[in-house]
Amino acid sequence: MQQFLELLGNAFPYLVAGTLETLRIATGALLLGIAIGLPTGVGRVYGPPWLQRVLGAYVTLFQGTPLLIQLFFVYYGLPSLGITFPQFIAALLTLGLNSGAYQAEYLRGALQSVGVGQMTAARAIGMSETQAIRSIILPQALRLVLPAWSNEVIAMLKNTAVVFVIAIPDLMGQAKILASKYFAPLPIYMIVAVFYIVLVGITYLLLRQVERRTQIPGLTNEAE
Amino acid sequence: MEFIQDLITTLNFILQGLWVTIGVTIVALTVGLLFGVVTAMLRVYGNAFFKRLAAVYSVIVRAVPVIVIIFILYFVIARFVNLSPFWAGSLALGFASGAYQTEIFRGAFQSVPPGQMVAARAIGMSRLQAIQSIIFPQAVRLALPGWGNEATLVLKDSTLVFVVGVPEILRRAQQVSARTLEPFVAYAAALLLYLALTLLTTQILQWLERRYRLQM
Repeated sequence: MQQFLELLGNAFPYLVAGTLETLRIATGALLLGIAIGLPTGVGRVYGPPWLQRVLGAYVTLFQGTPLLIQLFFVYYGLPSLGITFPQFIAALLTLGLNSGAYQAEYLRGALQSVGVGQMTAARAIGMSETQAIRSIILPQALRLVLPAWSNEVIAMLKNTAVVFVIAIPDLMGQAKILASKYFAPLPIYMIVAVFYIVLVGITYLLLRQVERRTQIPGLTNEAE
Repeated sequence: MEFIQDLITTLNFILQGLWVTIGVTIVALTVGLLFGVVTAMLRVYGNAFFKRLAAVYSVIVRAVPVIVIIFILYFVIARFVNLSPFWAGSLALGFASGAYQTEIFRGAFQSVPPGQMVAARAIGMSRLQAIQSIIFPQAVRLALPGWGNEATLVLKDSTLVFVVGVPEILRRAQQVSARTLEPFVAYAAALLLYLALTLLTTQILQWLERRYRLQM
């Protein structure tokens, strides 16, 4: 027991540093994912057919292959073509592109579940299609997409755990170093699991708050 | 010409990992199915203690990245039995998938109308009999879409056993890229192979879903 506490004491500062790195990557990749997912989702629903096909191919490619191999491809594969990224950027880019594909799909579902009549009505009062999407459809769709998007945030936190394979000192990366430094893989990975549980737990509670705040006033969810 | 030769060598080498990937996926899905169905039953029909236990398993395992679970179980398993990385990795992945499958089957069990259980008990079936012959056959069909989704997730997660040294598609790609010095070709081939695998799996699952849909 005392041995364990000593190990915990030694490992703790490193694991906190790793947690911060994990949060940094997750936040960056989520923002990149929104920046990619938002236009992709809109484009897949309202874009011209050729654009829909191109965006569909992007989504299929990233949803149909494992994140870990995507990371290897970006970090180890692309340099053959002369495209080289530092580790952190490679991780951010891969996770962002991956998340963008998922976010686009969630948004597409939300956009499609906004009634068709809304677009017709907006056009009828003289709005252009772009105006209608921006001021009528999107504000409703973004609220609808929030629960799925919350899941994506949690998924992203867990997905970042693979970036240690390109030697990024995130929570898992620190764990790997500590495990071989103290020859105690099992206790270290158990502690790391607790870190992830706390991280995911706090995020979950925060997201629930956001969901409650942004609910359309007066429109209550029957299921709750 | 050399490029084509490289490509053929690469694909040949990686293809041997395909069977390992399929093997890991099938073992993990089966183990996860056992864990998932049993835990879901405990969560829905068990007593207070088992309900609590099942909930703890499902919530905790789903809050931890699968790769961390694989590491932990790999070392736990290694402490007790001498299993090959393939089996240790697959079992760990199955244990993780079990938590997700628990939620899928819990939803399915709960969406079978409660009157079914009452009716089954009324005609003299025991609770276990009712679950087995009345509830379960309906719940399995309801669970199929969610389960199919999980199957493709496990297929993609199966590449995570790479970290414990299982020679699946990614490990093979890494090895061949060290030999040919063509990482781009190797990892692109791995990606395409996976893409084909997931698309094929999706097709098969959709077919299954249509085939076993409840006629209502």
